[in-house]
Amino acid sequence: MPENDTTPAIQFQGVGKRFGDNVVLDGLDFSVAKGDRVTLIGPSGSGKTTILRLLMTLEEANDGLIYVDGDPYTHEMRGDKRVAIPEKRRSLVRRRVGMVFQQFNLFPNMTVLENIIEAPIHVLGKPKAEAIASAEALLDKVGLADKRDARTTQLSGGQQQRVAIARSLAMEPEILLLDEVTSSLDPELVADVLGVLRNIAETTDITMLIVTHEMQFAREVSNRVLMFDGGKIIEEAAPDTIFTSPTHERTKEFLRAIL
Amino acid sequence: MNDTQAWNWEHAAAVLPELLEGLQITILATVVGMVIASVLGLLVAIVRRSRLRVVTFPIGFLVEFIRSTPLLVQLVFANLLFTQFPSLAIGCVVLGVHYATYMSEVYRAGIDAVPKGQWEAAIALDLPRSRTWGAVVLPQAIRNTLPGLGNYAISMFKETPFLFAIAVVEMYTAAQQYGAETFRYMEAITMAGLLFLLVSYPTSLLVRRLENRLA
Ligand SMILES: Nc1ncnc2c1ncn2[C@@H]1O[C@H](COP(=O)(O)OP(=O)(O)OP(=O)(O)O)[C@@H](O)[C@H]1O
Ligand SMILES: [Mg+2]
Repeated sequence: MPENDTTPAIQFQGVGKRFGDNVVLDGLDFSVAKGDRVTLIGPSGSGKTTILRLLMTLEEANDGLIYVDGDPYTHEMRGDKRVAIPEKRRSLVRRRVGMVFQQFNLFPNMTVLENIIEAPIHVLGKPKAEAIASAEALLDKVGLADKRDARTTQLSGGQQQRVAIARSLAMEPEILLLDEVTSSLDPELVADVLGVLRNIAETTDITMLIVTHEMQFAREVSNRVLMFDGGKIIEEAAPDTIFTSPTHERTKEFLRAIL
Repeated sequence: MNDTQAWNWEHAAAVLPELLEGLQITILATVVGMVIASVLGLLVAIVRRSRLRVVTFPIGFLVEFIRSTPLLVQLVFANLLFTQFPSLAIGCVVLGVHYATYMSEVYRAGIDAVPKGQWEAAIALDLPRSRTWGAVVLPQAIRNTLPGLGNYAISMFKETPFLFAIAVVEMYTAAQQYGAETFRYMEAITMAGLLFLLVSYPTSLLVRRLENRLA
């Protein structure tokens, strides 16, 4: 597919996802433009995490198509049949997508540095010296240059999350998925992590898809907010608009409850 | 007649050199057997996680078959089947294969104990399968399996006397031979038992310490 600037970074086309009888997403359509910072909000269980997990191939959609930068990702149409794309091809798309988890998920058997250089060396095939140099630069960026050789289990939650952010940035992703990355942190550690993310938003053009309950953060970083409910987007707007004058009744209720 | 019943320290001392020679074979069989059991057990554990039933079904059947038949029968059977190999080699392999079926369960539990988030992080980084297993999952899983490995090593050590059945001169066989030559079974068997205890008890203390440290 020829590249041009209007190709969205992410596109969902009629995506459906069920867990047993539980229909979580039903014919979901939405797209995220390149360089956009989009925040997903919505009540618990509305499917925000599921959307990110679909984009990381941690879940498999039951219907519909997902495109990354115009490329079909997990399924494609052959004639009028929807067929699964083999793992080898998925992998090439997946390495352009990074994810930061609520529970960090650092590898405890590796040092901080080893966590960060693992994928650049073994996935991107970078020479070790080069991988180490970029890892050190990233550690500097997240304010943990002195923790290079620490065991991840010796770090605070906030420090672990910043390492996890550095680890996903080391893959130079085009798209970064952030799922409640501050939710399991003590309140006094949240600011450091948000500071790092704000810095990334300001200094890179990575497309970001953010799920968060930190409305202040959503407001500062994102340029678009999508309100989810019942497996659909019920409202979308710029953060200032949606937070000050939401139009949909469910959005008003939701914001009243969390603000 | 009475004389042969009483404990005789001279015989107890005289049997020792033969027992120590047998102990070397016992330890050799245990070490080789455990190496086979550890490697094969790991392979079985990994293969059994496959979703391909053509692979998992026959392996599962084989594992159940080996576990449901006595070690002694397996030893004798293999010895009859593979007459071209030395009995000691057959003994090591049969011990290893037999214990591999138990070790595979220990590995399975160790692998299952690695949090789901570790696999997901590996996917998110697009790590190849080989790195996910080799660099992320197994180093964490094997840590959990070390105590189990130690416990099975001790129990394999204690089951080496079955090698008597295929005429491998390990420690118990050495004791039997001494008994047959001198009719002093009591001293020979007692000393062999003491030597078993002398090796396995400290080892089990070590394993328990390892267990506590990893817990
Ligand atoms: N692996 C799974 N198996 C079964 N049901 C699941 C699974 N994962 C998610 N669900 C269900 O899918 C629905 C959407 O879950 P999801 O985690 O995407 O919601 P969410 O919007 O992220 O909620 P929260 O704000 O609580 O994180 C929920 O009803 C949840 O119970
Ligand atoms: Mg969620």
